[in-house]
Amino acid sequence: MTLSSILIQLLNGLAAASSLFLVSAGLSLIFGVTRIVNFAHGSLYMLGLYGAYSLIELFGRTPLGFWSAVVLAALAVGLVGVLIELAVLRRIYRAPELFQLLATFAIVLIIKDIALFTWGAEDLVGPRAPGLSMAVEILGKRVPAYDLLLIVIGPLVLAAIWLLLTRTRWGALVRAATQDREMVGALGVDQAKLFTSVFFVGAVLAGLGGALQIPREPANLELDLAVIADAFVVTVVGGLGSIGGAFLAAVIIGVAKAFCIGIGSVTWFGVEISFSKLTLVVEFLIMALVLVVRPYGLLGKPQAAQRVAAEPAPPFTVPSWTFALVWLALLIVVPWVTDRYAAILLTDIVCFALFSVSLHFIMGPAGMVSFGHAAYFGIGAYAAGLLLKRVGLPMEAALLIAPLVAGAFAIVYGWFCVRLSGVYLAMLTLAFAQISWSIVFQWDSVTGGSNGVFGVWPSPWLADKTVYYYLALTLCGAGIAFLWRVMFSPFGYALRAGRDSPLRAEAIGIDLRRFQWAAFVLVGALAGLAGAVYAFSKGSISPSTISIAQSTDGLVMVLLGGVETLTGPVVGAAIFTWLRDVVARNTEFWRAVIGLVILLIVLLFPQGLVGGLKALAMRWRERHA
Amino acid sequence: MSSAVLQVEGLHKAFGGVQAVADVSFAVAAGEMLALIGPNGAGKSTCFNMLNGQLSPDAGIVRLEGRDIVGLRPRAIWRLGVGRTFQITATFASLSVRENVQMALYSHTGRLRSLLQRFGAAFRPEADALLEQVGMLDQAERVCGVLAYGDLKRVELAIALANQPRLLLMDEPTAGMAPKERVALMELTAQVARARNIAVLFTEHDMDVVFSQADRIIVLDRGQLIAGGTPEEVRSNPNVRAVYLGSVH
Repeated sequence: MTLSSILIQLLNGLAAASSLFLVSAGLSLIFGVTRIVNFAHGSLYMLGLYGAYSLIELFGRTPLGFWSAVVLAALAVGLVGVLIELAVLRRIYRAPELFQLLATFAIVLIIKDIALFTWGAEDLVGPRAPGLSMAVEILGKRVPAYDLLLIVIGPLVLAAIWLLLTRTRWGALVRAATQDREMVGALGVDQAKLFTSVFFVGAVLAGLGGALQIPREPANLELDLAVIADAFVVTVVGGLGSIGGAFLAAVIIGVAKAFCIGIGSVTWFGVEISFSKLTLVVEFLIMALVLVVRPYGLLGKPQAAQRVAAEPAPPFTVPSWTFALVWLALLIVVPWVTDRYAAILLTDIVCFALFSVSLHFIMGPAGMVSFGHAAYFGIGAYAAGLLLKRVGLPMEAALLIAPLVAGAFAIVYGWFCVRLSGVYLAMLTLAFAQISWSIVFQWDSVTGGSNGVFGVWPSPWLADKTVYYYLALTLCGAGIAFLWRVMFSPFGYALRAGRDSPLRAEAIGIDLRRFQWAAFVLVGALAGLAGAVYAFSKGSISPSTISIAQSTDGLVMVLLGGVETLTGPVVGAAIFTWLRDVVARNTEFWRAVIGLVILLIVLLFPQGLVGGLKALAMRWRERHA
Repeated sequence: MSSAVLQVEGLHKAFGGVQAVADVSFAVAAGEMLALIGPNGAGKSTCFNMLNGQLSPDAGIVRLEGRDIVGLRPRAIWRLGVGRTFQITATFASLSVRENVQMALYSHTGRLRSLLQRFGAAFRPEADALLEQVGMLDQAERVCGVLAYGDLKRVELAIALANQPRLLLMDEPTAGMAPKERVALMELTAQVARARNIAVLFTEHDMDVVFSQADRIIVLDRGQLIAGGTPEEVRSNPNVRAVYLGSVH
């Protein structure tokens, strides 16, 4: 590489870093004050981009039209942020982190469908910035003038936020609340107003980040999750709640990615490595390195303790044998007496039941919230498909080895994950899942890219849908029974103990991280089994099996049934799978429906259906006792 | 002192420019109750955390039965026979009282890794014997999350005794308890310590508890040991009086 091409990549990276910084700064600011990780921040970015596109069309492609469209779009997104805060988040500031994350994810789904309804599914390519469409010559290379402007805007916004935080009363309140939100409340500050205003500012930053990208990238519906994954990495690297950290991390990651793209393909020792496809891997490596050296990010601090003590989770009640046998008998008889369709739906349900029970195991008893559980489900599915199609193993062998592959990935991912807790952990699991997804998506020659893998059919003796259902029921049922058994074993109790009090666990000689790591691998392998069984039931695998949406589906299943019950995740998986089947057949906007269901659970049934029904039954019994 | 279970020599710790603990040396013998007292900010907690592995000292030696334990993690120190109770109780809130003690017993015997055994089955009599000793057997089935604070302190004591410790480290063992309960808990601790020949080091603010239960007392002020001896000696020491009552210059 020559000096000039290095400079070009540096400028490219800095230009990309500006928008990344704006989104991450907004995310960080909101988190600092409200302790909510706003999943919908990528969606606000997307809205900014779409909004700017429409407004420019309206105002005309003049400098005045362009810039007033950018500013108005950012402000409009700010108002959307206020609306979200008032309608949803205000009600859940005291809820567990998991519910807050899920609620904001529900907003992601709803915004996605609103954007689909408003702007359609096609990518929308915006205009170049009027008056800035020329290029500037630097060291013999041409650099778009607009990129140079973006490079300047990043530090300017950083300076503006810094002034706002250090020179105004509002800024003083924000800093105080970031350090100790309860104390600020106790001192008589109107928290509601403060939170709303912080949400407005954070949302404006996200909207501005999106709107400014209009000359550089087309508006599309995939941006929300792509941007939020990037922003998560940036905030984790920089340190949650630190604006300066967000800037530093955005620059590091923006520049590193630009260099990867700039290097392109390189042949080392006869092996061709395409760096331009490794951008996410590089991001991940940076993050991994930072987390090992500084678990709270480059400029972050350990999270302040919250004084609101959580209620201890009640012990699980074990269902009786008769209860279990009746259900098992029903599951065996139903496909026998009904049609082929029932067997297909039931196969889906048992796969997702194992998926959701394995997720419940890690988030309930082990206390580690995972937003990327689909990684293992998807890796299991892909491993099964690739072992069959590419390696040529018999289907039975592929089905049994696939979980081990998923477990092997869980060994690597888990090693990092058990070092973190709370929202940091949730964001890291999500980042790993997103990385797995992008490898699958980009590695066309092996995984089939966006098309996936086809012809993943079971052996002839399992070709019949009902026979395959019995296999799925046996394998997934055994997996669920095994996990339930482990929950009541010394190993399961050690995990619960570590969740309740890491301090005490350490003081009685328990090496908690090893237990958590082992649990990670265990549930990873079983989620992989669910994925493998699922893959052979469908005959094809698409990248959606490994997507963030698949991960959150799992969370919805667990919460729908109730995280504090043993059987809840199974019930949740059944209802959710059936519901999605029905809704997806009747409307194009099924995501928004799922989103509304999530909001309904979070706001009205925080204990889930099984938990809620149990509470009702208990109240009824007390009244009639 | 050859019979010392815990021997501390020249312990130092500074935070930034503040010398939190400076050149502290003392020893605790088997079966002895040693109280570490001092006004707020004297360095008691810092000192404690260097003994149990939470903090590593800048200089100094900590020997447990002759073995240097500086730099070991808390869980390794526990394995060498050190039981702990915390200033703010730390128990497993969603587990029952009995299960809390069983957990320590499982860990002590290295049997926590089993995946298929039922947790409740093993170490029941052993756990109940410990609970009997601290007077918590009648509440064995209750979940720790719903217990009264004084009862949690007793559960912690039972947990701390589960690995047959040679040394008990008790940080403010009676903080947050009613005065009557305080003396009762420390009487119980003294009784167990003498019966099992366990060395006990505790910090305490309640002077009634200290002077009635400790065999020896050491006094820390601004990071330095200013006095040490029997309760009578410490009571009449002018330095101690100055620290606690305000000096007259």
